Amino acid sequence: MPIVLDLLIALLILTGGAFALIGSWGLVRLPSLMMRLHGPTKATTLGVGGCLLASMLHFAVHGGRWSAHELLIALFLFVTAPISANMIAKAYLHRRNVLRDAEEGAPLPPAPPHAGWATFGDGGTAAKRDDQGR
Amino acid sequence: MIEVAVTIALGCLGLAMALNLVRLLRGPTAADRILALDTMVINAIAFIILFGIGQMSAISFEAALLLAMVGFVGTVAYSKFLLRGDIVE
Repeated sequence: MPIVLDLLIALLILTGGAFALIGSWGLVRLPSLMMRLHGPTKATTLGVGGCLLASMLHFAVHGGRWSAHELLIALFLFVTAPISANMIAKAYLHRRNVLRDAEEGAPLPPAPPHAGWATFGDGGTAAKRDDQGR
Repeated sequence: MIEVAVTIALGCLGLAMALNLVRLLRGPTAADRILALDTMVINAIAFIILFGIGQMSAISFEAALLLAMVGFVGTVAYSKFLLRGDIVE
């Protein structure tokens, strides 16, 4: 039985490392920032999740103590990853649309008809005005 | 078996952090650099946890938890600074 558990722990560790590597590889290879957001926010949290599950199992099997406090980190990361991705995307859109000093990557999808892409808390009306005036 | 797996995974994570460093240095936008730093913090968390597994020490858990919190606050502060030109208004 411990062999099976060891195998499971090793598999979880390897999965976590592989997913972290894949996420960072995507961060380097993907062409524009909106695509680059996908690599880290999905794959790296999955990688950390694998490592945390492996740590829980490992200390339960070999350390003789059963505790779920690794789940705290996993919960915190799963809660904060979408928020930080949203903030980074908003900063990118703001610098691209309002300040116009960002790279010209892949074109953005069209905004809804009544407003532009909102970045500054005004519902995107400033960016929309700017688009129409151009 | 677990030692081998931990060694391989630590190598993977080191390579991943080197790739993040490439993105951090290349840019091209400021948001890219923030994203690279955020990813690097998450990889460092996984690295610390794997190191704790390898050393059989539970001390590294606190370091990982603190790094998770500080990393998130740092990412939000960077993005907020780019958006508003100020962090605490």
